[in-house]
Amino acid sequence: MEWETVIGLEVHVSLSTKSKLFSGSSTKFGAQPNTQASIFDCALPGTLPVFNEEALRMAVRFGVAIGAEIGKRSVFDRKNYFYPDLPKGYQVTQLDFPTVGKGALTVTLADGREKVIGVTRAHIEENAGKSLHEEFSGMSGIDLNRAGEPLLEIVSEPEITCAEEAVAYLKKLHTIIRYLDISDAIMAQGSMRCDVNVSIRPKGATELGTRAEIKNINSFRFVEKAIHSEVARQQEILEDGGRIIQETRRYNADKDETSSMRSKEVANDYRYFPEPDLLPVVIDDEYIAAVTAQLPELPDARKARFIEDYSLSNYDAGVLVSSRELAEYYEIVATSSGDSKLAANWVSQDLLGLLNKNNWEIADSPIQAERLATLIARIKDNTISGKIAKTVFESMISDESDVDAIIESKGLKQVTDSGEIEKLVLEVIEKNPAQVQQYKDGKEQVIGFLVGQCMQLSKGKANPAQVNELLREKMQ
Amino acid sequence: MINSTVAEISAALAAGDISSVEITQAYLDRIATLNGELNAFITVCEDSALLAAKAADEARANGLDSPLLGIPLAHKDIFCTKDILTTCGSRMLHDFVSPYNATVVERFNDAGTVLLGKTNMDEFAMGSSNETSFFGDVKNPWNTEYVPGGSSGGSAAAVAADLCAMATGTDTGGSIRQPAAFCGVTGMKPSYGRVSRWGMIAFASSLDQAGPLAKSAEDAALMLNVMSGLDKKDSTSIDRPVEDFTASLNQPLKGIRIGVPKQHFAEGLSREVEQAVSAALTEYEKLGAIIKEVDLTNSHLSVSAYYVVAPAEASANLSRYDGVRYGYRCEDPVNLEDMYKRTRSEGFGEEVKRRIMIGTYALSAGFYEAYYRKAQKIRRLIKDDFDRAFTEVDVIIGPTSPHTAFKLGSKSDPVSMYLEDIYTIAVNLAGLPAASIPVGIANGLPMGMQIIGKYFDEAKILNVAHQFQQHTDWHKQKSPAITAANGES
Repeated sequence: MEWETVIGLEVHVSLSTKSKLFSGSSTKFGAQPNTQASIFDCALPGTLPVFNEEALRMAVRFGVAIGAEIGKRSVFDRKNYFYPDLPKGYQVTQLDFPTVGKGALTVTLADGREKVIGVTRAHIEENAGKSLHEEFSGMSGIDLNRAGEPLLEIVSEPEITCAEEAVAYLKKLHTIIRYLDISDAIMAQGSMRCDVNVSIRPKGATELGTRAEIKNINSFRFVEKAIHSEVARQQEILEDGGRIIQETRRYNADKDETSSMRSKEVANDYRYFPEPDLLPVVIDDEYIAAVTAQLPELPDARKARFIEDYSLSNYDAGVLVSSRELAEYYEIVATSSGDSKLAANWVSQDLLGLLNKNNWEIADSPIQAERLATLIARIKDNTISGKIAKTVFESMISDESDVDAIIESKGLKQVTDSGEIEKLVLEVIEKNPAQVQQYKDGKEQVIGFLVGQCMQLSKGKANPAQVNELLREKMQ
Repeated sequence: MINSTVAEISAALAAGDISSVEITQAYLDRIATLNGELNAFITVCEDSALLAAKAADEARANGLDSPLLGIPLAHKDIFCTKDILTTCGSRMLHDFVSPYNATVVERFNDAGTVLLGKTNMDEFAMGSSNETSFFGDVKNPWNTEYVPGGSSGGSAAAVAADLCAMATGTDTGGSIRQPAAFCGVTGMKPSYGRVSRWGMIAFASSLDQAGPLAKSAEDAALMLNVMSGLDKKDSTSIDRPVEDFTASLNQPLKGIRIGVPKQHFAEGLSREVEQAVSAALTEYEKLGAIIKEVDLTNSHLSVSAYYVVAPAEASANLSRYDGVRYGYRCEDPVNLEDMYKRTRSEGFGEEVKRRIMIGTYALSAGFYEAYYRKAQKIRRLIKDDFDRAFTEVDVIIGPTSPHTAFKLGSKSDPVSMYLEDIYTIAVNLAGLPAASIPVGIANGLPMGMQIIGKYFDEAKILNVAHQFQQHTDWHKQKSPAITAANGES
């Protein structure tokens, strides 16, 4: 039987507010356990929440960025369950009236196809603390630094049909969130986490199959692998005549398989009800308009502008806008160097190659945008050839000095003196009589070989265009 | 002087007739004599009280003067007090010392009051008789075989027995007004949002409100002046200017329209309470008031709605008492579930557990619509009833409780206990202010009259209460036993 997959994603993003959602505690990453836990965060008797409006602004910012309906009256609810790292015994979240309603994301797939994936809603909620089981023998440690940090939970429609689409959706979400500067969205640090709902059904069926929820996946690659392995598992069960149980599963990357986390028997009844300690959050059109006015240029708009203003291909533009920092870097290189296409090649290939190889972020790059622009400018003004530029680029990684100084000190300056070049050309013509004859007999492509010989002789420094021209002249 | 009102003590302090240290010592002596029998205090802060009194006297010597400077008071043990035990009447918090002060506590401290101690209460404010406290029953000073009412029973008894000049309480369904009625003192529940809930241990967040228990309406006004006002730490506290509640106390009542809800004079009301309230209404008519009957059509639904909403909120509010971070933890838990189960089974008393169960049930999947949602709708209807009535009248007056205090141990059935608050609960559901003032004595026990006002119209209630107290002396009546202990004749 042929199967089709239906995937829905729930993404938790830590909003990068300075203080927590309902208390003044700092949200700085990496502090000593429980040093960022106030009396409210510890749920001391008598303490009350005060809503951090910065979280609201960030949620609305996200909402307008994805063209979503904005809840003008959002209501917080209590979600009740017991766990030691949940100090109040309930999590404050938004159930029926989220701040962000229906919206959509457009993703571009590997084959160039575009797909619109619906966002059902995005709601604000508080994070739980952390339970540490390893370090304390026979006991568990509780760290409440994270408890009460603001999260935005973004729920997609079940419109994703394969792992590739899921990853494309996540990457797009990641890009937008980074553009909006509302979260670090670093999956490895947990500031972006993903729960994946997967079900399969016979191809063409209209009813959804029973889904499994794979919790807390912390990298794009694992999302992809977890979906593949879960789909295979479900397919095998169904094809053997079995049934899928609705349950929560976890993905084990080492074994590349999902396994059951909790069974239905202990399923929680969260007993949601409106949080009486907080008033509904009411905003008006003016507020939404103000947030909209402050939106930065978003990736789709920037991509269109790059194609238009810098004559880039759809693909190159897509790569360059995939992160805000990269796009900003590129734009400096393009405008300062005066050659947007050359800049695109250097940024998307050489620079990205360098960063990926070393696992660096743009901010870590030893080659700043202005320096790369100078390098490209030197190709443009014939100071160096494109090939020599690669050597200079390599030097620039460890040598912080000025681009021109590097070219000078390494003697890489292109030879453009026609006297010098004429010497090279004559020497090559003399050493290669057979090839010269072939050229004269009309075998045009031999010119490439002869240019190559000249370049070799000059250790790459001769201006190839000049060499080419002079060779032809001398062989006439 | 210990049987004087705050206003009188304040005047004596200002005149230099007495020092704060002296009056504080007098109350401490009184507590030492009577608390063993009454059990009104859980904690007495003798040393810190005398230090605070000394500081108040010094401040006065340095030219400072304010109405409550140096006045000894007691806080209900539901308010967090820094470095002082805060138990909420529960084994769960029997050893809990708060690292911070409730806003109410902070405001009284700033006003220069002297904290004598923390008063006994029903566990987590759940009860109408003060019999659910982990620290034992409080006795009614008028007759120690009787309950003082609850949940602010310790505060009401302390004020009535002159163990303090004034006390704070909290009122979720009648917990200030009913003990005020049973003990013969003046108590007031302000409008929801008038007084900050920060540091006041939550029972039912949407209903809880702190208020004064005092010897007169004037004293209650003086206390409310200090307690009220916006607090950014409580999102439900309301940003309204705090008026001087003493300013309009003496306004004449000529032409004031008093509503009398027929539902509050129906079946179940004892004859003596009915007679006392009727006599009071006659007194008001003499003062020029116009009495009108009003219809609170849905008031019969209030107890049912309340016993869904309040336990539902409580079931979540009390989840934090899990033995993990503070408070009671069971001995030698074998695992997490065991710790939760035994900590909460052993740490909470029967009534608290009953309400957690009711609330948990009411919020459960499949029951939410039928209970919680419906109760919220009823709440709306009850509020509409009051809104309608208040288009015709300025205040609403009726009995606080259907009868006088009952005997300790006499009500074993929870539902009959819940019906104790039949006249008071609707006020909480509607978020309105209301006071209870002494209105008579029957069988040697005091009776209370409830005065309900419009939202944020505390000043009018206090005016109506004060005028009654200017023309009658029910609020000055003392239990013969107390009078004897005072060494008076």
